[in-house]
Amino acid sequence: MDYIEMHAHMVSRTTDDYTQMALMGCAAITEPAFWAGWDRSTADGFDDYFRQLTEFEPKRAARFGIKHYTWLCLNPKEGEERDLARAVVRRIPRYLDHANVLGIGEIGLNRVTRNEIETFKDHVALALEHHQMILIHTPHLEDKHKGTRTIIEALQSFPNMDPARVSIDHAEEHTIEMILDNGFWTGLTLYPQTKVSVARAVDIIEMHGADRIYVDSACDWGHSVPAAVPQFVMEMRRRGHADTLARKIVWDNPIAFLGQCPKFTPPVFAHAV
Amino acid sequence: MSETSRPEPLAAREAVDEYFIENRHRVLDVAAFLDRLDRSGGDWRSDYRMDALVRAIAVLGEPGAGRAQRIQMIFSDPTVEPKPRLDQKAARGAWDPASEKGA
Repeated sequence: MDYIEMHAHMVSRTTDDYTQMALMGCAAITEPAFWAGWDRSTADGFDDYFRQLTEFEPKRAARFGIKHYTWLCLNPKEGEERDLARAVVRRIPRYLDHANVLGIGEIGLNRVTRNEIETFKDHVALALEHHQMILIHTPHLEDKHKGTRTIIEALQSFPNMDPARVSIDHAEEHTIEMILDNGFWTGLTLYPQTKVSVARAVDIIEMHGADRIYVDSACDWGHSVPAAVPQFVMEMRRRGHADTLARKIVWDNPIAFLGQCPKFTPPVFAHAV
Repeated sequence: MSETSRPEPLAAREAVDEYFIENRHRVLDVAAFLDRLDRSGGDWRSDYRMDALVRAIAVLGEPGAGRAQRIQMIFSDPTVEPKPRLDQKAARGAWDPASEKGA
């Protein structure tokens, strides 16, 4: 089944991964700015990264017939360093007019510190000032519940924030309700260990429905699976759920959310299987 | 909520038929992990992560739905206030009550 990969860090993936994703039906990828696994030392380093995301990676994806979009930010893992964060936020506007930039992301929190919250708010203010959509990373593991609650409170402190233009990603059983109840979109990230399995993702769909929900692999340089979204479709079929519902989650919903950005061009759904 | 958006789960017997073997495997893996810790001879029960894990395992035997959510909350940081500063880069899987004393 054709699908849209809503969250993949392709700069960390191989050409073989692109090949496999294209073979599995991936028509478009959105790539949020990420932490490199080590802290960048200067804002100049982010300039190079943003050029990679806006100039190099779209060409790389196009070789496989995959449309590449991106989100820009300083990732929450580096949000503690306020001087660096301010310097990077000042540089982001010069990239926002690139054809593949959908908005600001993945911003959010890591360990839920005071500085991280201020850096998060700086990014939200930047997004709202430039009428950008927002993609949000929620913290890992023990920090997820507290971090998600803090993120929602911070977002709601901006009177002109429209939750319909914000996706709060990496939801799990204990956070999805507060995300959806407050009007946001959300993603279920399919990870081997540290987020949700495909079986738990389908459980969540059965309990909460499929409105304003998508799934993604968030494949990066760590333990992650570029084939995770097709594996989710297989799990839906294993439960006997209709392909029309699977398609809503991996195709129609992503288009409905991303389509709010005028730079997003919906791909053509070509393959039913 | 659209009618097609919230699909019905498998019937209980169907779900057991389909998922029993892989969950039997998971339970045995957890049991073997605890055995491995015992064979090590160390005091693993005082580790805050293992304390949370043991409490999470107890939830499996409780009646009623919502076990996954209850277990998530056992592992979660229950505090409200932001940390004053970054203590470590990565999460460790369970909240450490002692971390609040050093904050």
